[in-house]
Amino acid sequence: MPVPIDIAKVARLARLALTSEEMERYGAQLGAILEHAASLQALDIEGVPPTAHPLPMLNALRPDEVEETLDREEVLGQAPDREGPYFRVPPFMEEA
Amino acid sequence: MNGDPADLTIAAAAAAMCAGELSAAALLDAVRRRAAATEAQLHAYLTLDFEGAEQAAAAADAALARGEDLGPLAGIPVAVKDNMCTRGMETTCGSRILSGYHPPYDATAVARLRAAGAVLIGKTNMDEFAMGSSTENSAYGPTRNPWDPERVPGGSSGGSAAVVAAGSALGALGSDTGGSIRQPASLCGVVGFKPTYGLVSRYGLVAFASSLDQIGPFTRTVADAATLFEAVAGHDPSDATSYRGPVPEVRSTLEAGPAGLRVGVVAELAGEGNEPAVLAAFTRTLEALQGAGAEVRELSLPSMSYALDAYYLIAPAECSANLARFDGVRYGLRLPGDTVEEMMAASRRDGFGPEVTRRILLGTYALSAGYYEAFYGRAQKVRTRVIEDFARAYREVDVLVTPTSPTTAFRIGERTDDPLAMYLADVGTIPCNLGGGPGISVPVGLDGQGLPIGFQVLAPPLGEAVLLRAARAVEALAGFSARPAPATSGVG
Repeated sequence: MPVPIDIAKVARLARLALTSEEMERYGAQLGAILEHAASLQALDIEGVPPTAHPLPMLNALRPDEVEETLDREEVLGQAPDREGPYFRVPPFMEEA
Repeated sequence: MNGDPADLTIAAAAAAMCAGELSAAALLDAVRRRAAATEAQLHAYLTLDFEGAEQAAAAADAALARGEDLGPLAGIPVAVKDNMCTRGMETTCGSRILSGYHPPYDATAVARLRAAGAVLIGKTNMDEFAMGSSTENSAYGPTRNPWDPERVPGGSSGGSAAVVAAGSALGALGSDTGGSIRQPASLCGVVGFKPTYGLVSRYGLVAFASSLDQIGPFTRTVADAATLFEAVAGHDPSDATSYRGPVPEVRSTLEAGPAGLRVGVVAELAGEGNEPAVLAAFTRTLEALQGAGAEVRELSLPSMSYALDAYYLIAPAECSANLARFDGVRYGLRLPGDTVEEMMAASRRDGFGPEVTRRILLGTYALSAGYYEAFYGRAQKVRTRVIEDFARAYREVDVLVTPTSPTTAFRIGERTDDPLAMYLADVGTIPCNLGGGPGISVPVGLDGQGLPIGFQVLAPPLGEAVLLRAARAVEALAGFSARPAPATSGVG
């Protein structure tokens, strides 16, 4: 059974500016992959707990001690655009 | 010294350096000559840094001259997959979105290699963000298989497998999320080892699927794989998922042999789906193990048939979250846009190749409201089943075995238009990542076309000692010593 996908919505959620031709192609490929994955629906896994992580680990925190951090200039040196100690980006709010 | 030092194992090179028969500088020179002869054809490296390597080799030679004991990796030329951060050395992940990125820090695994005196010669090609099984998804062009340049080296760590096979490094690091170390090792005729999840720090490894990713070595022998593993494994406070207990001790049992070893053949993965030559080499190896005193039996692990489908929901889901960080703000490619959202969507569209885009879309869909439980939630439950099946099997046997890859190296371009066919290349390697235990591929023979065939050994989490013991036994019994024909220098 083909799986219906609102590919435009998925692309928007994923922040990918796809052309309509690309959306059509990826939509068809995703449909085929999800159809294959439909085999999972046949499994009886009622009551089976989900696994998010292969090893049992909980709250693995390091001691809260001051450590050396990355050099700010070296980090900002990789930015496409900056202003002083900040990353600079196009507007993300409309002016009031 | 006989032969070209570029063909030495790590152990033999270290012994020759210790005995004063070889210098780190001479070894580096041999590897540089080999890279010069093979790279135009193979394109296994994305970055080569012989200036930095010369300094590291000189430091190793100076320490040797002072009589210091530097350990087994001092002066050994190694390569690192391009998804591990190297301070000041370009790290692209095979992606256009990270073109020109120079990390401000070393990945922990890289820092540990440097601390062990290894000579880092460069960064190896890979499928973009480690998504792929052929290294054809690199934004910088494919790597070719040293055994047949018309064929893929496997992937996603295809560059690391190819350099070890070709002699343009003595060892290399790769990463394995669904088989990305073991499958290319199989296709290139070298040893590829994925340790237990959490044993090697992921700090500085560009994340693909965080609950599955693990760094591990490529080498020409199992003993060399143990050496690289010992150098990079161990707890790291910078990786909250790194294992806190002691690293399993593997050296003392490495040569214990197969006698008394309980070996389980995974029925679901050792049958019809494999090419006849692959199956024949697998069966031959099983018979040799049995003849040498191992106890071989077949076991059924029903969830193995569903592992591939579960993986192709879990890995894309995790990747869609991890790759959200590539947004044109802090590093990497940025395209113009009137708003920040337009800038991000345009940068990501241009920066990611088709396979990465496909998986981000698939993962975003699988995690989106209304579909989460049907896809991602269900896949996580199947993952529990895989873990349970493994646990049940390991109550009866010490190790499980399968062919590493159902086929030998396929032709470049053969599967690029069919994502599902490409995904099937990982059917034998994926369950290990879902389960979290270690796995290794050992070369055991060649098919009728002279292409290498790998034998996979799996063990329970932290079962590295028995895993490497079994792998060493397979290596000794198979006696695989073939090497790819030397490249005819610089033909593209």
